Amino acid sequence: MSRRGVIAGGATSVAAVTIAPTGAVAAQRGNPAPAAPTAKTTLTVNGTSHQMELDTRTSLLDALREHLQLTGTKKGCDHGQCGACTVIVDGRRINSCLTLAVMHDGQAITTIEGLGTPDAMHPMQDAFVTHDGYQCGYCTPGQICSAVAVLDEIKAGIPSHVTGDITKAPKLNAAELRERMSGNICRCGAYSNIIDAISDVAGVKP
Amino acid sequence: MKSFTYERVDTPAAATAAFAATPGARYIAGGTNLLDLMKLEIETPTHLVDVSRLKLDTIEPTDDGGLRIGAMVRNTDLAADERVRRDYGLLSRALVAGASGQLRNKATTSGNLLQRTRCPYFYDTNQPCNKRKPGSGCAAIGGYNRQHAIIGASASCIATYPGDMAVAMRALDASIETMTTDGKGRTIAIAEFYKPPGTSPHIDTVLDAGELITAVTLPKPVGGTHIYRKSATAHLTRLR
Repeated sequence: MSRRGVIAGGATSVAAVTIAPTGAVAAQRGNPAPAAPTAKTTLTVNGTSHQMELDTRTSLLDALREHLQLTGTKKGCDHGQCGACTVIVDGRRINSCLTLAVMHDGQAITTIEGLGTPDAMHPMQDAFVTHDGYQCGYCTPGQICSAVAVLDEIKAGIPSHVTGDITKAPKLNAAELRERMSGNICRCGAYSNIIDAISDVAGVKP
Repeated sequence: MKSFTYERVDTPAAATAAFAATPGARYIAGGTNLLDLMKLEIETPTHLVDVSRLKLDTIEPTDDGGLRIGAMVRNTDLAADERVRRDYGLLSRALVAGASGQLRNKATTSGNLLQRTRCPYFYDTNQPCNKRKPGSGCAAIGGYNRQHAIIGASASCIATYPGDMAVAMRALDASIETMTTDGKGRTIAIAEFYKPPGTSPHIDTVLDAGELITAVTLPKPVGGTHIYRKSATAHLTRLR
């Protein structure tokens, strides 16, 4: 049994104990809270389809973590500022905290769990381990998802704030990587090792 | 966040019809600003009309040598478009000077135009704010307002406009094309689009209720060298 299994199981049993009496009290008073609106949606995460009915307010982040138990994606600020919740949707990195799950019906979502496994890591995951690109590790899944997409963005010729001649293809160098990774905050300050890891995968000098 | 009902629409006409049919409706596209404000209950729509999949996501040449940018073109795609980089470098530069890669992938052209101020008193629901709650007062006037408006302010509001993209579009004399709830449309010069705060700072633009932005057009390129420079202070406090 994994640590994750214990936590998920524990949370379920606690919820089962607490919800029942609350519901009974509400029924006695004859004033149950109106149910919040829900919507049906199909989320395709790491190649697997999940048919779900969610409170419309559920962010993509909460759907992944609380409904699909994919807890690799982290909740940091929950306001789109820290990047811990970064996932890749239809090939593009986004902040999963600032979008509704129901808006992503049918789209292909890739999380850190879909990039690689402990036995078969994605090259970017491998490089973060090799270069010690973290301290506490909380921002790491977001950093890695972002880094994978950043290399694709440079390859696709998408300019950044530090691109010198905006009419030409952006260069693959450390300055470009740093600027493009600016939406991922690491409070431990492992930035130099993070750049080392991404540079290693990209084949550039940090 | 307050609860709301949700529907996704396929055409601009379906969007405006859905808006007109449901009191308390708001359009949602990228959602990067609206959802943030909904979490704080500064925005409290009771119905969301999802316009993010409207087929308004292309950039086409216009008859007079300009460009028509669909309302749903993502900020990343607009900044990366070869024609924009070559002929409207200012716009491309302004886009990549703001937000983060993740946000630019989600944010749309029309949503970027409609983002709301980042005035900290607008965000703090314990403070009076005429923009958030009309008639409640302005805590920024007399508060910490070193980064607030110097020009275009009023006795009711000294909040600044938060975006980069619209600044470039204003310099380029862009026009905004819309569809109204009666199915008609109009074209608004960007110079006329934003309302100065006056006595009603809660109204940011001249758009009517339910009026949907469908495109932004740029006139023929003006040529020359384009530079977009953000002040050092603004850059240090880069908006996400």
